[in-house]
Amino acid sequence: MRDTALAESAVTCWVLTGIAIGFLGLFLALPLLAVFSEALRRGVDAYLAAFDDPDTQSAIGLTLLIAAIAVPLNLVFGVCAAWSIAKFWFPGKSLLVSLIDLPFSVSPVVSGLVYVLLFGAKGLLGPTLSDWDFKIIFAVPGIVLATIFVTFPFIARELIPLMQEQGTAEEEAAMTLGASGWRTFLTVTLPNVRWALLYGVLLCNARAMGEFGAVSVVSGHIRGLTNTMPLQVEILYNEYNFVAAFAVASLLAGLALVTLVGKSILEWRYGHGLSAVRRR
Amino acid sequence: MSIPFSRRFVLTAAAALGLPIAARGQTPAAVTLTNVSYDPTRELYRALDADFARTWQAATGQKVTVRTSHGGSGKQARSVIDGLEADIVTLALAGDIDAIARESKRLPADWQKRLPNNSAPYTSTIVFVVRKGNPKGVKDWLDLAKPGVSIITPNPKTSGGARWNYLAAWAYEIDRTKGDEAAAQKFVEAIYRNVPVLDSGARGSTTTFAQRGVGDLLIAWENEALLTLQEFGADKFEIVVPPFSILAEPPVSLVDAVADKRGTRKVAEAYLNYLYSPAAQKIIAKNFYRPFKPEQADPTDLARFPKIRLVTIDQAFGGWTKAQATHFADDGQFDRLYKPGGTATR
Amino acid sequence: MSVAVQSWSPSWPPAIPKPGALPGFGITFGFTLTYLSLIVLIPLAVLVWRASGLGLDGIWRVATTPRVLAALETSFVISAAAALVNALFGMIVAWVLTRYSFPGRQPIDAAVDLPFALPTAVAGIALAALYAPNGWIGALFEPWGIKIAFTPLGIFIALVFIGLPFVVRTVQPVLQDLDREIEEASATLGATRRQTFFRVVLPALLPALLTGIALAFARAVGEYGSVIFIAGNMPFKSEIAPLLIVARLEEYDYAGASAIATVMLVISFAALLAINLLQAVSRRRMGDA
Repeated sequence: MRDTALAESAVTCWVLTGIAIGFLGLFLALPLLAVFSEALRRGVDAYLAAFDDPDTQSAIGLTLLIAAIAVPLNLVFGVCAAWSIAKFWFPGKSLLVSLIDLPFSVSPVVSGLVYVLLFGAKGLLGPTLSDWDFKIIFAVPGIVLATIFVTFPFIARELIPLMQEQGTAEEEAAMTLGASGWRTFLTVTLPNVRWALLYGVLLCNARAMGEFGAVSVVSGHIRGLTNTMPLQVEILYNEYNFVAAFAVASLLAGLALVTLVGKSILEWRYGHGLSAVRRR
Repeated sequence: MSIPFSRRFVLTAAAALGLPIAARGQTPAAVTLTNVSYDPTRELYRALDADFARTWQAATGQKVTVRTSHGGSGKQARSVIDGLEADIVTLALAGDIDAIARESKRLPADWQKRLPNNSAPYTSTIVFVVRKGNPKGVKDWLDLAKPGVSIITPNPKTSGGARWNYLAAWAYEIDRTKGDEAAAQKFVEAIYRNVPVLDSGARGSTTTFAQRGVGDLLIAWENEALLTLQEFGADKFEIVVPPFSILAEPPVSLVDAVADKRGTRKVAEAYLNYLYSPAAQKIIAKNFYRPFKPEQADPTDLARFPKIRLVTIDQAFGGWTKAQATHFADDGQFDRLYKPGGTATR
Repeated sequence: MSVAVQSWSPSWPPAIPKPGALPGFGITFGFTLTYLSLIVLIPLAVLVWRASGLGLDGIWRVATTPRVLAALETSFVISAAAALVNALFGMIVAWVLTRYSFPGRQPIDAAVDLPFALPTAVAGIALAALYAPNGWIGALFEPWGIKIAFTPLGIFIALVFIGLPFVVRTVQPVLQDLDREIEEASATLGATRRQTFFRVVLPALLPALLTGIALAFARAVGEYGSVIFIAGNMPFKSEIAPLLIVARLEEYDYAGASAIATVMLVISFAALLAINLLQAVSRRRMGDA
């Protein structure tokens, strides 16, 4: 900050910092504060009582189950996609990569709708499924599918650039030394990308637990059966049970915070591995 | 179908299912029913479901759990059409159950004739909620069309309650002008010009009005208005009952195809009959709905329902199918209020 | 989030073997394609197929009714405005977080990802509570007759929240890696700090910035959960396109809903492609790839 040709003046520096903190405070801290202050409006007892409701407990259970299915599937997909895209050349690669991005630009309402069009009673496969008595929509499989769709690109997006940047030299060396493909992946590739992988999983998990729009379309909203936490927030809110609604919301916000803290710890301890992700 | 009294109900139920099983000395397997309902009935069905489960278990020994799903009436109907397995539907208006019958064929087209009172064990009507002291001095529907009165009502395209609100206003002006359709259109247009927020459901509108402090007046279900006073405080709001309104009949029905497939027809039918029983009628009145059989409810509860001249949808609009097609279909009367250059858009 | 950090450059890095040098291409590629098809491509194809029942002119008719056009305009214009505001403030945030050190920088940096992790419904309720006429912020503006919640301004606020992390997280890593020597060289050659920023730093950030804007924009256009609580949902004023899709569904008009969805999909994908192309061009002019 000494040289004005190399760095901004102290005034500019303070003004910019002030703008940044003000902007983040307005758009991040205040909403978060609002959630927690509403949740604790009637005190800690009322807050804790919100979690005694069996419907809320079942919503928490369902959300955990959904994430436990969706995240590992997207993890396997992310690793496979990154391996084939980053380590090999084939025509149409940029198209494939764009297609993986596609769920980012699809409205959550539409991501739910497509599964209704496909598996609903009046949908393409609906009658067949109904003959087999196999339920997808308005049951757990449908909620899992919608969640997978919404969180589809997260892990792949995290891994592909890093693995592209790292190239194939290390893997080829390992192969030359006689390691099997699987062993090469486990001992060479995986350690190189583990922190990016973990961060991708954290974000994917947070989004999977928090998805509202798409899940709302395919859930059916049956209490104690197909309600996830975000849906339970809406239900409680609509029952004028504002404290309980914000209590469940605060749990989700808390999850968001834990995710972020986890990420920060990763960055702090393994700053090198993660900053590699951040390099172009 | 006659209305069974509670003792008769228990006996019928026992005869239907309990006795042969009880004779074998076994507890019948527990059963679950799914009741797909609309938004404002959450508190009502929580009370009814618990009471029904008790009555049924006492009569038959069978444990029954009623699961409920709540949401906008139209959205709920669509979920059932798309395959949500509801044994019972209890929606805001007959038009939505008609749609299920028409689109999914899971229940017969004449479903509404199967239970008494057009299959409506309870009714309600449309009233106004204003801020304490009624600062805008609203007394009747005409006051809603005056400039400067900010009105909160949900979007009729996505909310069943909103359709009743809209039709009540329309019916009022038709009644006042002895059938002048053009006047009715103008009147409703003037009301919607005063609406700053169209929430997607009745509960959203109540929150906007009561919690967010937007608007001078909320058009609402009578049951929702009474609940608002209870939840948000009678010191902040008061109810204005117009002399004329619409008789809202939220109907109930068995979804035959689902109940037969799941083998729940007996208990589902018993559940629907139970809604007409004295015990249920009492709970209904307590939860701010007008019971079909007022003589079975608490007089103190009944005192909350003032006398209003009520018109039915059949009298005023020739039934739901017609009302839906004329007013709420794509490009119907309601959409025309919001044509660009239309007065409602300003 | 660094999910959105990198911009794609498929022809890079150069030394990628043809299939065969490393094992596992067949199985991973096959799985990728299968999974992609099952989860994303087939369902989206069904959407387009459902809309195509109307025929191209049918889709055109649905998409060009004044109501739908107005909603599309609301969605796309406000999303673009929110993306641009995020571009400006996102740049400042990224700059401050990478270049300055001040107490609390680390937690603030972490908090930027919050909109990704917070469920959209919760965000919508919290924002509505804040910006309603009786909310913490809404009450400040009420005396001046400025309404935020339940107006297009409310939609804008929600979309800024939703898109906030994108620009920060795309620009930040590039800024971190930007060689300070270039700036020093620029300074040595007599450029002022302002000139150095606008002539040297900004062009280098441009590709990342564009990616961030594109992603924030695409995400905002489709957003439903948070907007619905804070928008007034008034036709021709504060009605967003996803709400019209829901309204069509309420009328059991699946084809109409699919048609609007398809149009939105095509427009936002086209916008993404256009910005990606622009980005590729600016990258090439930088001689960076």
